[in-house]
Amino acid sequence: MDFGYDAAHLLGTLVLLTSFALLYQRRLFALLNVFTVQALALSAAAAWQGYAHDEPHLYITALLTLTLKAIAIPVALHRIVRRLNIHRTVEPALGIGLTMLAGVSLVTLSILLVLPVTENATALTREDLALSLSVVLLGLLMMIARRNAVSQVVGFMSIENGLILAAVGVAGMPLVVEMSIAFSVMVAFIIFGIFLFQIRERFDTLDLRRIERFRGESD
Amino acid sequence: MAGLAVAARRKSWAGTAVYGGTAAACGVIALWAAVALAGRSAPVALTLPMGIPWIGAHLRADGLSAFFLLVVGFGGVTASLFGWGYERAHAHGHAAASGPVLPFFPLFLAGMSLVLLADDAFTFLVSWEFMSLASWLLVLSTHRESETPDAARLYLVMASAGTACLLLAFGLLAGGLGDYRFDAIRAHAPQGGAAALTVLLVMLGAGSKAGLVPLHVWLPLAHPAAPSHVSALMSGVMTKVAVYALVRVLFDLLGEPVWWWGGALMAAGSATAVMGVLYALMQDDVKRLLACSTIENIGVIVIALGLALVFKASHTPVIAALALSAALLHVVNHSLFKSLLFYVAGAVLTATGSRDLNRLGGLIHRMPTTAFLALVGAAAISALPPLNGFVGEWLLFQAILNAPALPEWSLKIGIAVVGAAVALAAALAAACFVRFYGIAFLGRPRSAEAERAGEVGSAMRIGMVVPAVLCVVLGVLPTPLIRLFEPAVRAMVDAGPFDDRAYQPWIWLSPTSAIGNSYNGLVLLAVIAALSVVLVLVIHRRASDRVRWSTAWGCGHEEPDPLAVSQYSASSFAQPIRRVFGGTVFAARDRVEMPEPGDTRPARLTVTWTDPAWAFLFTPLRRAVDWLTRQADVLQFLTIRSYLTLMFAALVLVLILVAVVRP
Repeated sequence: MDFGYDAAHLLGTLVLLTSFALLYQRRLFALLNVFTVQALALSAAAAWQGYAHDEPHLYITALLTLTLKAIAIPVALHRIVRRLNIHRTVEPALGIGLTMLAGVSLVTLSILLVLPVTENATALTREDLALSLSVVLLGLLMMIARRNAVSQVVGFMSIENGLILAAVGVAGMPLVVEMSIAFSVMVAFIIFGIFLFQIRERFDTLDLRRIERFRGESD
Repeated sequence: MAGLAVAARRKSWAGTAVYGGTAAACGVIALWAAVALAGRSAPVALTLPMGIPWIGAHLRADGLSAFFLLVVGFGGVTASLFGWGYERAHAHGHAAASGPVLPFFPLFLAGMSLVLLADDAFTFLVSWEFMSLASWLLVLSTHRESETPDAARLYLVMASAGTACLLLAFGLLAGGLGDYRFDAIRAHAPQGGAAALTVLLVMLGAGSKAGLVPLHVWLPLAHPAAPSHVSALMSGVMTKVAVYALVRVLFDLLGEPVWWWGGALMAAGSATAVMGVLYALMQDDVKRLLACSTIENIGVIVIALGLALVFKASHTPVIAALALSAALLHVVNHSLFKSLLFYVAGAVLTATGSRDLNRLGGLIHRMPTTAFLALVGAAAISALPPLNGFVGEWLLFQAILNAPALPEWSLKIGIAVVGAAVALAAALAAACFVRFYGIAFLGRPRSAEAERAGEVGSAMRIGMVVPAVLCVVLGVLPTPLIRLFEPAVRAMVDAGPFDDRAYQPWIWLSPTSAIGNSYNGLVLLAVIAALSVVLVLVIHRRASDRVRWSTAWGCGHEEPDPLAVSQYSASSFAQPIRRVFGGTVFAARDRVEMPEPGDTRPARLTVTWTDPAWAFLFTPLRRAVDWLTRQADVLQFLTIRSYLTLMFAALVLVLILVAVVRP
């Protein structure tokens, strides 16, 4: 029990740590690599939970995460970045230090929020919920703290990672829900990809500051 | 039935089928309600398995519902009858026949009946909104006329605002329990501040539907815009449904009242009564005049309700019963004579194609039946004995005269002021309907259309005769009707109007606590009839045989002026009152534009006036809303990142709130 708890805790914390790492990446490839690491950690967390609690369907979750998030999406994003020849640095809208500070306060907030609510739950569930809520909030923060469309896609995916982390930590989430989440993320990713190509083709940039100028309403 | 109406819209028998069906259905409803009232039967409750899941729709018919169902059912019968004739007359008279009326007419009647039967807040609000929307669609059926779209839009805004107020009021009534059945609300009525807020919200919500000043602005626009039989329903019956809402909440659901609730009602009612009749006096459009007069009558009814509430709060239930009987009697009366007068306006519109008083005149020779029925209606609404309007106001004054029995000094003095306001409103109403009748039916035709007018068909005439006959019958013998709705009164104030009288002959109306006063319509009728006969004889004996000399120059009433434009017009009749009241209340100005001698331009008299409700309430309100929307418009043109940031900030804010404000 003790070892199982520690390992699960370690893997969950690893996911959170990679979320922080995502926040301060300045280069697109590094960003994608960190995202791959996060997906690997998540898939390991799911597999470990499946093993520790003897729930075979979590292996499927782990497999899905591994193939989709750790392999397919990063590879596709790499190819997009290469083919579009995107300027490979990410311009932060918010300073790195400030973003990290905001991230730390978000984690504090989610711990303050989750721990008192779930007093009757097991320690693992409580920690897992706090961690996953932090990952979700950090993903949102990443979406608004970066000016690049690719990094927004990555932020969105990491929000979804947080959801999966919550799902594997709390026993009883049906497989169907996880599957549907996974596939909806896949669909979202395809749409994002198409949009990125289209945006690039039309505006010659993926920098949101330039794109905003092209909106129909504002001049 | 609405489906049938849609399906068969193009067929010639559709109108007959729909109006026949509604007449039969409303007849059954009215008959059932009358039997239930007469038999003093216990409330009937019914739960339908529809509406909100696991809650269903609760219906219940007690004495109060039955009484108002009687009003709605009877109005529905005569409106169906009149509407059938009206639409047939218009189908080949005018090109733009009001075809889209048929599907919504039964829906409107059904909506009103459901409001009266509802026994939980959901059903009530849904039926209320249903009624509003159906009547809104009926107003829109004349969308080809130029003023209809504006009227309909204003009506929709006012109706939505009213429903919103009622929604909040029922939320307060149900409180934290979340049980919206009326039974549960009765058991746990809110107290103190919540109750006060509920009273104000209900006054706003139901008042906007009934036409309480200053929420009356849509009535003179929307009621006339609909076809005449629908106008009659909206003005004569739908406003009564709003009165029902007031009675249901204030007397039934809220439990023990506080005296100032009645004071607030009386203040609003007095303002409504006086302002309404002043509006009516200024109108030149027949149907608009009638709609404004509805405002006045609603004011009178609300005053009576306020009195009943005050006396109920001061634990003198017998006087409260007297005041409530006055209110309910006036509900019946107004639904009768206002329907009648709207039918008359519809008949005049059918015959002449005009609603403008200044284009009518001399119709008494061309439409004798309509003219006689209009006279009955005008006399009744002017509260002339022995017609029903007089009985209602007589009862109201008996209640007002009881004011010294109240403990609060402010009420003792205030009710005297209210009585003066009612008397002023009654006198002005009489002036208003002398103007209406005199300009429209007497004198000589003011336009070629009025010259060519002819009597309307028999269906329309029967639709008018029935309420007119009832106006007379209820005026002469009001006691059986008051007896009939006594169970409703008893349920609301725990006493009847005749409680401490051992014996009540049915031809006398002498309620308890009327300070020894009593009313006997038969005696009054006999006296008036005898005096009239004497008067007619004297006039004929003294005046008819005399040789009469006509002036050489004719004063405009002889042949050279075929359209008689120089006779007294609607505007000239209203001028004295416009001068007395209009200058201050309406900022009315008469401007005479007299050309120089030698100039051939005609002289012009321009009359301008504004509605203070628009000037001081609605125009600033509209500006404020416009300003707010312009400010909020910025939100529509943000960047994607700003939207994300806003969402994120909102989420974090909520999370912080949850973390900090944890119970």
